[in-house]
Amino acid sequence: MSNGKASHGRVLVLQGNEAVVEGAVAAGCRFFAGYPITPATEISEAMAQRLPAIGGTFIQMEDEIASLGAVIGASLAGVKAMTATSGPGFSLMQENIGFACVAEVPCVIVNVMRGGPSTGLPTRVSQGDVMQARWGTHGDHPIIVLAVSTTRECFDITVRAFNLSEKYRTPVIILSDEVVAHTREKIQLPHPEEIEVFDRIKPNMPPEWYIPYEDTPRGVPPMAAFGDGYRYHVTGLIHDVRGFPTERAEEIQAFLTRIHRKIYNNFHDIMMVKEELVEDAEILVIAYGSVARSARRAVKEARERGVKVGLIQLVTIWPFPRQYIEPLLRRVRAVLVPELNFGQISREVKRINQGRTRVEKLNRIDGQLITPDEILSRLLKL
Amino acid sequence: MAEITKLIHKYLRHDKKFPHVWCPGCGNGILLGSLIRAIDKLGLEKDEVVLVSGIGCSSRLPVYVDFNTLHTTHGRALTFATGIKLAKPSLNVIVIMGDGDAVSIGGNHFIHAARRNLNLTAIIINNNVYGMTGGQFSPTTPYGAYTTTSPLGHIEHPFAISELAVTAGASFVARGTVYHTHVLDEVIEKAILKRGFAVVEVISNCHTQYGRKNKMGSAVDMLLWMKKVAVSVEKADKMSPEEREGKITIGVLVDRDLPIFTQEYQRIREEARKRWATVTKSA
Repeated sequence: MSNGKASHGRVLVLQGNEAVVEGAVAAGCRFFAGYPITPATEISEAMAQRLPAIGGTFIQMEDEIASLGAVIGASLAGVKAMTATSGPGFSLMQENIGFACVAEVPCVIVNVMRGGPSTGLPTRVSQGDVMQARWGTHGDHPIIVLAVSTTRECFDITVRAFNLSEKYRTPVIILSDEVVAHTREKIQLPHPEEIEVFDRIKPNMPPEWYIPYEDTPRGVPPMAAFGDGYRYHVTGLIHDVRGFPTERAEEIQAFLTRIHRKIYNNFHDIMMVKEELVEDAEILVIAYGSVARSARRAVKEARERGVKVGLIQLVTIWPFPRQYIEPLLRRVRAVLVPELNFGQISREVKRINQGRTRVEKLNRIDGQLITPDEILSRLLKL
Repeated sequence: MAEITKLIHKYLRHDKKFPHVWCPGCGNGILLGSLIRAIDKLGLEKDEVVLVSGIGCSSRLPVYVDFNTLHTTHGRALTFATGIKLAKPSLNVIVIMGDGDAVSIGGNHFIHAARRNLNLTAIIINNNVYGMTGGQFSPTTPYGAYTTTSPLGHIEHPFAISELAVTAGASFVARGTVYHTHVLDEVIEKAILKRGFAVVEVISNCHTQYGRKNKMGSAVDMLLWMKKVAVSVEKADKMSPEEREGKITIGVLVDRDLPIFTQEYQRIREEARKRWATVTKSA
């Protein structure tokens, strides 16, 4: 969408990166800070047009560390905020991702994956950042990571990412990839009233009663914005319920337990998978991102040849949809996990499989997409 | 209770956060006093003030005072402050950093914040050393000085923080010391009032680490050292380069009116609205 206009209801041809921007705007994002990087730059470019026109703010910062810093600052001041980057920039963002986890600041980080490590393959597709998205920042922390595979998903999942980040006061990472980001597809943007948008819960008690990091049944305390009259302290240090640094064992334990609990206890709300022909499947393909597109085609063709195969497309990558996948592993005779890395998700599938069934990998790390034929020929041999 | 003590107490978070982490005699407390007096004199509402800091001894300052306070990651305070200010321009955002925080790990953010010229106040407490981690050399440690990581004398040359800020394009730059508290009160007040990126460099003492290693004596001795080496901007202007050697210039170094980011961005918003915002209705 080169002219920066919103066009709800019209049929458009958008690339994934542009659809991310439309999704973000529809979810209420009004602040974007970023740093140019291939293949994520179109997100910055579209934001630079869209946001000022609707009273929001776009800023290009001096690097990716600064970009996420500004995003967290904007969110603390009450504005929904996002940044977008690719591998090298995502590496730089790790310290502030940890900050957002610990200070419980809602924000969305899009990582359009390209080949790595280091500068790697700037214009080639990869899914090499799956584990970095989970464990890139230091220390035990919960995180929500979602993967997109189509332009439509870029829109829908970005809305969902904002909703989850607001609901659980957590950074949410969207893993896109070079193919999804740059493939142009037909999309009909929903009207704003069709889109479910969740805003963070604000405190409604008098300021003197507000305990900013108080435990609640959901594990998510209400969040006041700076300037709303609830003066409180935000820190990256482990803190007590008032937000003040603590080194007391029982307070540390309670805090870290709560921030994990708020995500894992709400697993069913956070978990999203798309399944196809799974009911009678004897073989499962587990895929995500652009590879899920090839997998869908391969599964269809295998079915035409009489192979009982089903597809599970992971949308929620982390927390890993263990509760959903585990029962399926008990009844299928084989699982194929195609991905554009040496086996980051297949490792997780094997970990929960515990030897129940056969788990096979199909990997490409050469900057090329896995084709439907490659998946099909493996399926026919299983 | 003295009036000044009452005033300070009006802004402290008594219920929780004391005793503080600073060594007896530390200059950080003196700066905090100056900051409180300036905020009080300007009549700013507590709710309208945001104190943002990085990591280090000086960056522990916000937790003690009753404002909106944010203790960020090392060197990144200005980036968080940028987001806050852009999201809510009505807030008075004051950033507290140390020398290592602001011009080593945060050096890039510092020069870009100055260039970008948002309406922020940046206070940098410069004690020439990394105090919290035990006295390693910082980007402002003088040539030849002893620290735990320059045990045989420092072989690098220091940044001049204020001069760096001037060159990077800050609207307002002033330097004070924790000895000259009247000057400090005054420049902080001016910096908060300034529309644009305003920097105050505060020369402070770390007698525990830097002073001890360099035989500069107690906290009081270091304050007397500041008294000795500081000259006002007006006086320094009349001195020869030789006379200025080893002196610290205090007062307002630069005060200039430049377009600020939020003001410029408002123009962008209006233009963008004219060009692109009408579509939602017509579609």
